[in-house]
Amino acid sequence: MLAWTIYISLIGTAVLMVLPRGKPGAARAVALLAALGGFACALAGAATLDPGRLSTVTRLRWIPSLGIEYHLAADGISLTLVLLTGIATIAGILFSWNVEHRAKEFFAFYLLLIAGVYGVFLSFDVFLLFVFYELAIIPKYFLIAIWGSTRKEYGAMKLALYSFVGSAMVLVGLVAAYVLAGAKTMSLLELARYPFPESFQMWAFPLVFIGFAVLAGLWPFHTWAPTGHVAAPTAASMLLAGVVMKLGAYGCLRVAMTLFPHGLDPWGFSLLGFGSWRDVLSLLAVVGIVYGALVALVQRDFKFVIGYSSVSHMGFVLLGLLTLNTVGVSGAVLQMFSHGVIAGLLFAVVGRMVYDRTHTRELGKLELMNLNRAMPFAAVTFIIAGMASMGLPGFSGFWAELQVLVGAWQAFPTFAVLAGFGILVGAAYILRAVQKAFFAEPEEESVGAVPNGHGPLALPPITVPERLGAFLLIGCTLAIGLYPRLLLHLIIPGLGSPLFEWLAKGGTP
Amino acid sequence: MSGVAYLELFRLAVPETILVVTVLAVLGADLVALRGLELSFRRTIAALISCAGCAGAIAWLLLAQPQGSFAEGMLVADSLTRVVKLALLALTILTALISVNTDFTPHAGEYFALLLLATLGMMFLVSTEDILMIFISLELTSLSLYVLTAFAKQRADSAEAAMKYFLFGGMAAAFTLFGLSLLYGLSGSTDLSRVADALRGPRLDPLLVLAMVMTLVGFGFKVAAVPFHLWAPDAYQGAPAPSAALIASGSKVAGFVVLAKVVTVGLSGAQGSAAWQACAPGWVPVLALMAAASMLLGNLAAIVQSSVRRLLAYSAVAHAGYMLLGVLGHGGQSLAALVYYVITYGLTTLGAFGVIAVVQGRTGGDNLSNLAGLSRRAPLLALCMLIFMLSLAGIPPLPGFVGKFYIFAALLNAGPQSMGLLWLVILAVGMSAVSLYYYLLVLKQVYVAEPQDGTAALPVPALSQVVLVLLALAVVGLGCAPDVLISRLLAAVNFAGL
Repeated sequence: MLAWTIYISLIGTAVLMVLPRGKPGAARAVALLAALGGFACALAGAATLDPGRLSTVTRLRWIPSLGIEYHLAADGISLTLVLLTGIATIAGILFSWNVEHRAKEFFAFYLLLIAGVYGVFLSFDVFLLFVFYELAIIPKYFLIAIWGSTRKEYGAMKLALYSFVGSAMVLVGLVAAYVLAGAKTMSLLELARYPFPESFQMWAFPLVFIGFAVLAGLWPFHTWAPTGHVAAPTAASMLLAGVVMKLGAYGCLRVAMTLFPHGLDPWGFSLLGFGSWRDVLSLLAVVGIVYGALVALVQRDFKFVIGYSSVSHMGFVLLGLLTLNTVGVSGAVLQMFSHGVIAGLLFAVVGRMVYDRTHTRELGKLELMNLNRAMPFAAVTFIIAGMASMGLPGFSGFWAELQVLVGAWQAFPTFAVLAGFGILVGAAYILRAVQKAFFAEPEEESVGAVPNGHGPLALPPITVPERLGAFLLIGCTLAIGLYPRLLLHLIIPGLGSPLFEWLAKGGTP
Repeated sequence: MSGVAYLELFRLAVPETILVVTVLAVLGADLVALRGLELSFRRTIAALISCAGCAGAIAWLLLAQPQGSFAEGMLVADSLTRVVKLALLALTILTALISVNTDFTPHAGEYFALLLLATLGMMFLVSTEDILMIFISLELTSLSLYVLTAFAKQRADSAEAAMKYFLFGGMAAAFTLFGLSLLYGLSGSTDLSRVADALRGPRLDPLLVLAMVMTLVGFGFKVAAVPFHLWAPDAYQGAPAPSAALIASGSKVAGFVVLAKVVTVGLSGAQGSAAWQACAPGWVPVLALMAAASMLLGNLAAIVQSSVRRLLAYSAVAHAGYMLLGVLGHGGQSLAALVYYVITYGLTTLGAFGVIAVVQGRTGGDNLSNLAGLSRRAPLLALCMLIFMLSLAGIPPLPGFVGKFYIFAALLNAGPQSMGLLWLVILAVGMSAVSLYYYLLVLKQVYVAEPQDGTAALPVPALSQVVLVLLALAVVGLGCAPDVLISRLLAAVNFAGL
């Protein structure tokens, strides 16, 4: 059943390709149907499969000569992320209901990207995982370069090249691991059992981890993220921040840490106070959290605020992974879901509700527009999304970041304090953005700058698909916020599987 | 030479014989019956006869499955040569079909005859293990290709390209001949395996080093590896599109197969090593340097090209670098990987040239800007181009990626110092990340840029369209189900004992 998430998206792509041109309505309908179908399959899978066990969905010999299999399976971690993908896909289509320019191509690339994302989360053959991972790069390029805005070609190319360089690093590590293990199998389960020499793991781990982490926005390789997010059309930024960055984090957890757990061990010597790759990488994660938040605080472009906030929040995911304890790692997975939903919502407000109507994202100009009166729905949605993003109790972000902090406190207290500081700054930039974009009181002398004189601007009303999308995403973050066990009962048993043995051993320092 | 078994020779050479007869038929039909008729009709007939001949040869290869060796490797037929010959014939058929809708020459018969002669040379090239035969077939291929390059007689750049190709080629042939004659002098035999036996020794004879380097110069030219690539950009740009397509596809397939054979069989005692910090003299370090230089220069030079054909030429240089890694592995797995890579590369690059031929025919140029907005003017053609470019860039699940993965894995897996060549793999993977940039530049024109001269639909000849769609399907198919080819190649390689 779960495998159909991929196939439905691919079928959707194929149908869109043969659809006649100039019928955006039909294209939207097909895309929405495919997205709903994919989500239904994901839900059915999550409801029926046992999250604590690896349930194989499909296992075929794909390239027997090379020992490569077409192995789709799922455990609790995969299920969580597949659900996220389903939700984000539907929301993305609802928020791109106004795409008229080359609509069928837009949705075809969109669904192709989604197929790749589903595929990554379900692959348990490393080769297959890599195939889906790269399959997701190219549609991103076109989505941004064709339908994007500010410096779109630059942003698109930068994103594609960063992703590809990251995956090149991953490829080197994987080919070497494949050969070392006898060039007979690429199965994740079997490679994870193979005792790679520690000296090999010491260089393969950082290579593969950083390769994946480039896509997760690890500082200092994050610079593609803000430019890419800003250049992308709304649906693509929602997906980029919502699920594509999770591909990177998922790769770190599923491939790098699972195959090369000894890469996290101490080097045996200390260099500038660092004793292991774990120290180095967790420092980078924390720098990402604080740096992203601080930079978001001073942005003039509304979308850049959200773009940098993504870097900051993804830092929590990486930090959580590196805590190597169940609280921290399950917090990281929960944060992947939570950030996926919240970032989607934030980008939807900025990109679709505000930018498509006001045609500016300059906070300085938005300040003059009195948007809370012109678009009360957008303002309320943004405030809710902002509260979720700040990590207020009652929203999913609270539990996720709390868990990461608790886990980090056990592993490296200093970093936990710094990450806590990042959360404070997070509250500050969200409040600043809310204030500037929606609640700024135009001063008397600048009232003349408002195109409409006085009174709220006459902007097109918020459409039904936008409301539906907003309700969907708010509902998800609230549901997890009020009842986190909904996902934790998928994630925590998932971490108990033999694949995560290192987690039990890694534990506390 | 009393007991020459002519019947045996004929049995092994039936496909080649069919091709020779076809050449005569094409020439004869054009000369005798079709002289006064319309040119496009003559082209169609000539292409039909050529395709029929190739199809006949394919059918014979598939049905009779000839096996055996004539006169100590003078002519060898086994399952590996069969797969490669099938690929060469298929590439020739597709090239001939692309040629139907071009009008650079009034000499239809001669053009197709030369196309077939070049293929004939390539078929002999891959099915011999004899130094003399290798040289002769190399010359047959090269001379045909020189003329094919010059075939657009009215255009100066075609003549210039052919002149460059010919001068470089002649020089390289001289080097090859010199190197091969030294090999013969050292070993007293023209049969590759005997050469290897005679040369196997504890240390490297200086004369052998000379012979080896000379020989590799010649083959380096044939496969357009740095520093012998200088002809490629001009030839790819100036030659008529179908000729360039054959140079880029069929000639490359044959060149790499014979190179792999010469070094793995003939020079098997003198391989040396190019492992990191453990170099030893032999052909491996020479080829490793050529591979590294090709990947670097090809990929970096391709970035700044404005002509798509020159871009493809530099990308071909870069791909020659990746393929050389397949030669370097010199084991059964590596050979299978190499042949998989060159065959799929041949199909892909043929397709790319097919698209360029159509676009150039309609818009009058082969610059990047001529492709602008192609996705709105000819959606199917654009989709084909997307597939070809992504495969060249090595995006899975297309064969460009599978081939690279297989070549890298086989290279690391070869020999005792398995990880010693990791530096080459890292370079290759890094450079393929660079290559994505320029392939995306092409695709950016196709999909992102707005069409320059109106959005009018670009009329695509039906035959070209069909051929290109078939090629795209073949590329996607070989990428998604690579085992169809790989398992056969592995079986063939194991059977041949390479």
